[in-house]
Amino acid sequence: MAAFLARRVLLLIPVLIGLTMIVFAITRLLPGDPARLAAGPNATPAQIEEISREFGLNRPLPAQYWHYATGLLRGDFGMSIYSRRPVLTDLEAYLPATLELVVAAMLLAVGLGLPLGLLAAIYRDRWPDMLTGIVSLGAISMPRFFLGLLFQLGFAMELGWLPLSGRFPLDEDPPPHLTGFLTLDALAAGDFHALGVALQYLALPAIAMSLSPLATILRMMRAATIEVLRQDYVLTERALGLSRRVILLKYVPRNAISAALTVIGLYFGWLLGGTVLVETVFDWPGIGLYATSAVLTQDFMPIIGVTLCIGVLFVLVNLLVDVAQAALNPRIRLR
Amino acid sequence: MSAADAAPRQREGGLLRGARRFSRGILPMAGLVVVTILLVMALAGPALAPFPADLTGAVHTATRFQPPGAAHWFGTNELGQDVFSLVLAGTRISLLSGLAVVALGAAFGVVVGAIAGFLGGWVDEVLMRLVDLVLTLPSLILAMAVAAALGPGIVNMVAAIALSWWPGYARLVRGEVIARKSEAYVVAATAAGAGVTRLLWRHILPNILSPVVVKMSLDVGFAVLTVASLGFIGIGVRPPTPEWGMLLAVARGNMPDDWWTAIYPGMAIFAAVFAFNLLGEGIRDLMDPKGRR
Repeated sequence: MAAFLARRVLLLIPVLIGLTMIVFAITRLLPGDPARLAAGPNATPAQIEEISREFGLNRPLPAQYWHYATGLLRGDFGMSIYSRRPVLTDLEAYLPATLELVVAAMLLAVGLGLPLGLLAAIYRDRWPDMLTGIVSLGAISMPRFFLGLLFQLGFAMELGWLPLSGRFPLDEDPPPHLTGFLTLDALAAGDFHALGVALQYLALPAIAMSLSPLATILRMMRAATIEVLRQDYVLTERALGLSRRVILLKYVPRNAISAALTVIGLYFGWLLGGTVLVETVFDWPGIGLYATSAVLTQDFMPIIGVTLCIGVLFVLVNLLVDVAQAALNPRIRLR
Repeated sequence: MSAADAAPRQREGGLLRGARRFSRGILPMAGLVVVTILLVMALAGPALAPFPADLTGAVHTATRFQPPGAAHWFGTNELGQDVFSLVLAGTRISLLSGLAVVALGAAFGVVVGAIAGFLGGWVDEVLMRLVDLVLTLPSLILAMAVAAALGPGIVNMVAAIALSWWPGYARLVRGEVIARKSEAYVVAATAAGAGVTRLLWRHILPNILSPVVVKMSLDVGFAVLTVASLGFIGIGVRPPTPEWGMLLAVARGNMPDDWWTAIYPGMAIFAAVFAFNLLGEGIRDLMDPKGRR
């Protein structure tokens, strides 16, 4: 296990280097002159030249990359060409909001997807299974931004049950900053009113985001359970007189964890990148909205920062998933 | 199917068996029917629109925000334009863009995967590491950045999305090519003196077409969804081009009073993606019996 871990961690280094190179290359090889954009429509060539020099945009690309990569090692993600704030400061401010949303969506997806998938497998080819089959494909096909708008229309505008958008009311004091997760911070401060408010704001965007991974987890759990029930050892135990319920309890949990881990690994990066849509609908102040505004103004450093940040988080989560899978299943470790 | 599976099935009544067959066959068929209708709408497109002038940006201040009715099936929007005509015309943009993304992604991925699988060695190693890297990047944000830099336009948007769409195909094709490389007919063709291009084009690729087609049919729905997502964020197309995602984004401001301006473009996106997914899963079951549930 230690050798497996060491190998996986060492393999991270070339991946991270490759990630920075590819993101840098893609964003910098595109047409468009960020210095001209930042200088404004009425800028003189001298002013554009000035900005270009200040941000090192006139230097050859490999030199720019080297400067950026060595800066990263010091924790320097560069600076926004507009706000002139360090990208790292902005990421620290926006990332917790996005992570809170993604984690909440994942918890919902796993918490509901596993039992529903198990039910679908038990009722295989009968109506509960057919219903979940159609609904889950529908859920995968549903655009998250449209679902979010429908939620707003129904639960916020018509019924008035939940807030329309945002993360916390502007006229109330948020709980003292600790983790950046408002729910956890409220809990840590023992402020249950704030916790309730934060959960109300979190509910609609989190549900809108959770549907697609929920449906995927459901389908994987269903397939995994059916696979288990088909194994020879299960057939043998059935023949020996064990009830189906006992067999399910004995063999299904391990497969359930494995299915959940796989989907978490698959969806984590997808959700982090896809929060853009839900954050736009709900004005959720996360890295998705930050990235959108950077994209619209062609502000390269924030784009590179967000892309790298999501890429690295995705790689790390997958590393953790692989380690957990290996701990559960020795066959993976030995490969 | 083993005997263990067959046993409980006999106990089920005829109605349930019929329902099961119904769900197996009717869903892909429903998908096929809707996709066919959408394709006809995409081809005929603006010609079918009851108010063709609205598609090029005509403004009717007198008929702003008419609720759905006999004259305007889907109501009218903030400019008095017929929402039905806009949604109808949007079919062409969404479908063609989605299909183009998948075709471009598949074509590039097949080439990369075939080269990697056939040549092996360091070429394979380099290409597959590149595939791994692209798969870790957030594709939507990348597509947004590229599309924004290339400037507005459907072609630019399609290119930006396709840029992160190919790695899945490369992986799939590489595995298939490696599996076929050692089969007797390929070895025989090599012995007969066939070159690399001929081996790949005449002997290997025709035999791995079916998994590629299955993946393409499963991908179209998500490509349509991605196109609409970019339109919704406001990147790619500009008004008055009636793109579904963009129509929905503009209509956000009309909620809740004039909900129809948002609901119908949204429903169009959902219906198209759902239909393509139903059809795609049907095609998968048809071409790959092992993957059948």
